Amino acid sequence: MTSPAIVTKGMSRYFGDHKAVDGVDLNIPSGSIYGFLGPNGCGKSTSIRMLTGLLTPTRGSVKVLGYELPHQAEALRVRIGYMTQKFSLYADLTVRENLYFVGRIYNLSGKVLRARVDELMVLYHLEAIDKQLAGSLSGGQKQRLALAAATIHDPDLLFLDEPTSAVDPENRREFWERLFDLCGEGKTILVSTHYMDEAERCHGLAILENGIKRADGSPQALMQRMGANVIEIDGGNNQLRQLKNQLIARPEIISAAQLGTRLRVLVSSEVPQPLIYLSKQLGRDEQKAQRRLQQVRPSLEDVFVTCTGNRNEFSP
Amino acid sequence: MNFHHRIAAIVSKELHQLARDQMTFAMIVMIPLVQLLLFGYAINTDVRHLPAGLVNQSHSAYARLLANSVEATQVVQFHHHYTSVKAAEQAITRGEVRAVLILPQDFTERLAQGKTLGREQPPVNAMDRPEQRPAAQWLVDGSDTMITAAIRGLRNMPLDELVDREVYQPVPSFEMVPYFNPEQRNVVNIAPGLVAVILSMTMIMFTSASLVREREQGNMEFLITTPVRPLELMIGKIIPFVFVGLVQAGIVLALSHWVFRVPINGSLLTIGIATLLFIMASLVLGLLISIRAQTQLQAMQMTFFILLPSILLSGFMFPYEAMPVAAQWIAEVLPATHFVRTIRGVVLRDADLGDLMPDISWLIAFALLGLLLAALRFNKRLD
Repeated sequence: MTSPAIVTKGMSRYFGDHKAVDGVDLNIPSGSIYGFLGPNGCGKSTSIRMLTGLLTPTRGSVKVLGYELPHQAEALRVRIGYMTQKFSLYADLTVRENLYFVGRIYNLSGKVLRARVDELMVLYHLEAIDKQLAGSLSGGQKQRLALAAATIHDPDLLFLDEPTSAVDPENRREFWERLFDLCGEGKTILVSTHYMDEAERCHGLAILENGIKRADGSPQALMQRMGANVIEIDGGNNQLRQLKNQLIARPEIISAAQLGTRLRVLVSSEVPQPLIYLSKQLGRDEQKAQRRLQQVRPSLEDVFVTCTGNRNEFSP
Repeated sequence: MNFHHRIAAIVSKELHQLARDQMTFAMIVMIPLVQLLLFGYAINTDVRHLPAGLVNQSHSAYARLLANSVEATQVVQFHHHYTSVKAAEQAITRGEVRAVLILPQDFTERLAQGKTLGREQPPVNAMDRPEQRPAAQWLVDGSDTMITAAIRGLRNMPLDELVDREVYQPVPSFEMVPYFNPEQRNVVNIAPGLVAVILSMTMIMFTSASLVREREQGNMEFLITTPVRPLELMIGKIIPFVFVGLVQAGIVLALSHWVFRVPINGSLLTIGIATLLFIMASLVLGLLISIRAQTQLQAMQMTFFILLPSILLSGFMFPYEAMPVAAQWIAEVLPATHFVRTIRGVVLRDADLGDLMPDISWLIAFALLGLLLAALRFNKRLD
């Protein structure tokens, strides 16, 4: 069993009164893809910046690849790759010039550098655009170039801050294929995202909200451990909206969301028989007969909704 | 090994970016070229052809003769004639003329009596002794001291020829031998100083924008996660512009020499060394600005904050010795002051580095300490 890639205890970062990250404990095993899932402003980027040594934690300890941060940050830098949220390579250099520059900054030179750049060009489908200025590339091309640059020195640990936010679904799928390849080579990857489908691909996951870690574990474990049952109410007609408002007023109902003609309701697991409970709630109106209730498998989105205290519109 | 390697990477990156920025590339050549031609021809402290007015209340032949001989000095040109002193004063207020010559009714009598005219200073209470009063009067827009001085130069104009007397030539108390610029041409002093001004301008501007731009465009967040060291980054940012600066200095000096016949008396090596030191000091100053500034606009404002005193206090425009002590202290801090002194010394007076040691050492100290400070101040963190 290899030692974990990232261990933090009570990692916190305050900006004045604002607690951007507050007491986050992490234990991320080597060789896995680990995801930070959360809405914008939940502390994903701030956490990544602390883990890469760019920000000093206000409190708590951070250990990455065995280096104590922030004071061993310089030694760590050659072993990590970082793909920033915003494209951070040079828009006025060509694809090839950018890769050469980054390679040389990481002390590659001569034949080794040339071979590595050529290899990455093939791997990330950049050969056809090698003389194009980076500023003129499409979102997907920029993302491939950025990943190529972040991995040029063959780092053990890769940080990707919302890497797919400006990329179409086709490219996103390809991008994830690449991440699994890299993971297969033994690299640890930490990726932040606000896409549920991406989060579901991760081996491990931390759900962040307002700088606090609400839950962590594998997506499957999170779904199993979720403190709620998911029931879909099908049928009926446009009275669903009214029903939704009626339901979420009740404390046992964590959330209710309309999906087309269905209403997806999360019922707290404290309720012993959720189906019976819910059918009682449907009331006595004539439409009750038309509605069908069915317990379904929870999705990561349900987990997210349960964890983030986003119970309903009326909660404080 | 790694140290040089990463510096080379940054230098090559900067050169690629510079080569792609055609406007900047063009300005590197155009700024020294155009500015030198402009200043070489335009800046002139010999005041000529001032628009002037004439109030002739005498109407004598002598008055006309005097007006002609005053115009013949080329200092003034009588564009307008006014009938009264009041009208003339209004013309000065309107800005129509810069000075007015008033020839009084008794001009001819005064001229005939005029023992003093153009010969000696009138006594303090000249008005009490009519025989010693000047023959005519100048009213001058005194706001520009340069113009006042030019008219004042006319005050002692000898008028003996006018009244057909033997020309009286007073023997000066002193003989004067102007070294280094015997013809007293302004451009000789301006051209070397212009090297200092142009280099201050372009060098500080280049580096002050460089780090801020990377921060603004988001490159910095990536760059600081790489193993690059602050000192490597600073040196790598400076080197490409050292060559740019040397090219600019070369253009200014070559053009001054060939177009404006400015003598290059010192050795090219000495000029090169002095210029190199100043270029580095200016680039480092730009880096310090770049580290402090949050946006490119702020960097630009700080650049101008440094630039204006560099032009006005460095001795380029006005003699250093003429400034009050407090201004001299400020001037002493600026690298431009030391370089204006150095480059004039080398180019015009063939001074060697030994003669200019205090200035040279200041430039070296400024560049090295500044570079060190920049590297220390540059934080590879975001907090």
